[in-house]
Amino acid sequence: MKKKIIVVGGGLSGLMATLKICEAGGEVELFSYCPVKRSHSLCAQGGMNACMDTKGENDSVHEHFDDTVYGGDFLADQTAIKGMCEAAPKLIKMFDRMGVTFTRTPEGLLDLRNFGGQKNKRTLFSGSTTGQQLLYALDEQVRAWEVKGAVKKYEFWEFIKIIKNKENVCRGIVAQDMNSMEVRAFRADTVILATGGPGMVFGRCTASTICNGSAVSAVYQQGALIGNPEFIQIHPTAIPGSDKNRLMSEACRGEGGRVWVYKDGKPWYFLEEMYPAYGNLVPRDVASRAIYDVCVNQKLGINGENKVYLDLSHIPADYLERKLGGILEIYTEFVGDDPRKVPMQIYPSVHYSMGGIWVDAKHNTNIPGLMASGECDYQYHGANRLGANSLLSAAYSGTVSGPEAMRWAKEGEKGSELTDEELAKAAKECRDEYEAILKMSGSENAHELHHELGDLMNQYVTIERVNKDLDYCFDEVKKILKRWDNIGIVDKAGWANQEGMFARQLRNMILYALVVTKAARMRDESRGAHYKREFPTRDDERFMKITIAEYDQATEEPKISYDDFDHSLVKPRPRNYAVAKKE
Amino acid sequence: MAETKKKVHFIIERQDGPNSQPYTEEFEVDYRPALNVVASLMEIQKNPVTKDGKKTTAVVWECNCLEKVCGACMMVINGKAQQACAALIDHLEQPIRLTAARTFPVVRDLMIDRSVMFESLKKIHGWVDVDGTWEVHNDAPRQNPKTATIAYEISRCMTCGCCMDACPNVNQSSEFIGPAPMAQAHLFNLHPIGEYQKEERLDALMEKGGLASCGNSQNCVQACPKEIKLTEYIAKLNRDTNKQALRNLFNK
Ligand SMILES: Cc1cc2nc3c(=O)[nH]c(=O)nc-3n(C[C@H](O)[C@H](O)[C@H](O)COP(=O)(O)OP(=O)(O)OC[C@H]3O[C@@H](n4cnc5c(N)ncnc54)[C@H](O)[C@@H]3O)c2cc1C
Ligand code: SF4
Ligand code: SF4
Ligand code: FES
Repeated sequence: MKKKIIVVGGGLSGLMATLKICEAGGEVELFSYCPVKRSHSLCAQGGMNACMDTKGENDSVHEHFDDTVYGGDFLADQTAIKGMCEAAPKLIKMFDRMGVTFTRTPEGLLDLRNFGGQKNKRTLFSGSTTGQQLLYALDEQVRAWEVKGAVKKYEFWEFIKIIKNKENVCRGIVAQDMNSMEVRAFRADTVILATGGPGMVFGRCTASTICNGSAVSAVYQQGALIGNPEFIQIHPTAIPGSDKNRLMSEACRGEGGRVWVYKDGKPWYFLEEMYPAYGNLVPRDVASRAIYDVCVNQKLGINGENKVYLDLSHIPADYLERKLGGILEIYTEFVGDDPRKVPMQIYPSVHYSMGGIWVDAKHNTNIPGLMASGECDYQYHGANRLGANSLLSAAYSGTVSGPEAMRWAKEGEKGSELTDEELAKAAKECRDEYEAILKMSGSENAHELHHELGDLMNQYVTIERVNKDLDYCFDEVKKILKRWDNIGIVDKAGWANQEGMFARQLRNMILYALVVTKAARMRDESRGAHYKREFPTRDDERFMKITIAEYDQATEEPKISYDDFDHSLVKPRPRNYAVAKKE
Repeated sequence: MAETKKKVHFIIERQDGPNSQPYTEEFEVDYRPALNVVASLMEIQKNPVTKDGKKTTAVVWECNCLEKVCGACMMVINGKAQQACAALIDHLEQPIRLTAARTFPVVRDLMIDRSVMFESLKKIHGWVDVDGTWEVHNDAPRQNPKTATIAYEISRCMTCGCCMDACPNVNQSSEFIGPAPMAQAHLFNLHPIGEYQKEERLDALMEKGGLASCGNSQNCVQACPKEIKLTEYIAKLNRDTNKQALRNLFNK
């Protein structure tokens, strides 16, 4: 009998794992909120890192490895990073064979560009839609396997939870058809979660609306451990929007963009004043903190709102067109102003989660039979992710989780297969829960509540973290959890009921917000994206440890502990981007 | 009226399920600069009350990226199929009319079923045949950067279906696969390895519902939010299939 693997999530990671499983002779049932071709991975613009060394810079895999470890402020598994960096050039060649339309040099080779936190040109790109092109290549290959019958897609299905057998091994999942609302239980030999990041926990962020972390929260509540949840990357330059914060690439500052606000009626180029050496090109976390300080503490944002100017209007229009054309169109398209003529208005935004489900070197979670890969795992970026490293980690982790899922399916101690009764019971539980949600008749609107959750998380658990504020935030999030019980559901329809599903997702988001907040509260140091003015330096002695969050059923809160990790390859040294990196 | 009280007026065609009768409901949303149609629908979600103060259910629609790149949020806005996330209120005449793109089966309200587009990608052999994802100790073939630029243009197609909705020959009772999948066939024919399956793709396009069903009305190219030169590629495919037809004739 063929081995059956359930893959939840059809972004770069889930699709990569799917291909590996098919090639190893397995069968995949692939679940996704949307047609996998619309997964969030396609939002990535900038590129994917791999040492190709085709620019005469003597770039090396070791340099890529070291940049990643250093950029992550020495909190990521070094052996894992090494494996990823070694595999990167091979992955690029694979994508090239599959037909990814990488941007090419006049000679017909793959072009490379510069990216933050690395001195050499190492970032492969496909115009300004790299993620889209990589995702499509895998989507196409998976479609070929679908035609051959090895993949069955469940698109417009929501993963609700895993099912464990009596030996406590994950042997299946419960999911719901988002149109017919049918709740069904599925058997599997192994389950891989590749459900992406939790951006929506912060309400507005640069991610897609489906990046809600709900699946991660669900398995956390079923006993999966979460690693490093407090490390949330804030990108300094996004267009704030009531629906979404749209990313404005770092390239704008790279091409001479200046950041300023009015102070005493005159433009104040605060980054240039505060950091004369680097000016507007300080690293992401530094820029984000400065903008935050100017807006929140000094209240100097544009019209008193949390916004500053990112100004390109002094640069000749034809130069801008050549260098930044595609990116500036996004601004014109969504804001309606032309950045060639008027300064853009930007603010830092939640962008990426370094933390996620704890996994071992092979992407097994602590629950046997359950694996995780992609942005939903915690493995490769430590305290801060380098730009263009997460398309890499998403694809690479799929090449690890896929084969490991097959190994487990063949050799793992899986215990008993789920009986029909066990399946029926699991489905019924979820169905009852869902029916109960539909009956809710309180006074709260789930979307309004989500908005409040986002406001809280954005205000207290992003750029600068203060212990007493985190305590306050934690209590407020708990109140939101309580208020969730008083939600009213207007839509009682048994067909394509988005309101009912959203309420269920929201509860998962609230519980995950508690994890991020609590973990941030407990880490009394500053490292990578996690910054506390009260503890402004890195404290390797106490905190060169990964954070582990475990769900406590009784309180619905996380229990936080710390664990060692593999940093056997390079010794920690201070991370200081004011000077050139030394080995 | 004071600036802060400015409202945006929507007339939205709703439909409870695939076989239900459509009906309209009107809504008002507070205006703000840079407001788009998706953001307006999100406001309705927070307070699903019609213009006349009647409590109703939130409008159902599909969206993910909100950046005009995933293709999900396509709907007909003031008579034109387009991406709702990139439809700025400032550029639209009011009242703003939203309807589902009825070229496709309606799931509920503004949400449609575009699975036919993904199925068509199977018909046109929409992938490059690689031996496997493993390492082959060989570089992929080099490509002329000019050809690669054309391929890039086509590979930005987000399967939104605007072109399908605009095409007079695509509808639920016709077999015509429509402009987007045809352009995709050309994309894979352009790739040095993908080209090995060019004949299969062209044969597929010579079958019923293929190229012959295109009436060359040019609506598709005007509708494409990614400005993909659809008709140019359709014309190229026509030339390719003509050659192939001749070859097939002589090989019989
Ligand atoms: C604006 C933006 C720009 C970026 N640019 C870059 C860049 O230039 N370079 C770079 O390296 N990285 C970039 N990133 C980060 C990178 O895009 C992501 O980290 C990566 O694509 C994540 O891939 P993934 O496969 O883990 O998840 P995703 O692509 O997010 O896929 C998740 C999948 O899981 C499914 N899913 C989730 N929950 C459920 C559920 N409950 N039930 C069913 N299905 C579910 C979804 O439908 C989807 O198919 C960027 C991110 C953003 C937001
Ligand atoms: S040219 Fe006209 S008939 Fe042909 S695909 Fe385009 S819109 Fe349809
Ligand atoms: S060709 Fe253009 S309009 Fe048609 S589906 Fe693709 S992106 Fe949309
Ligand atoms: S939501 Fe992705 S294109 Fe509009």
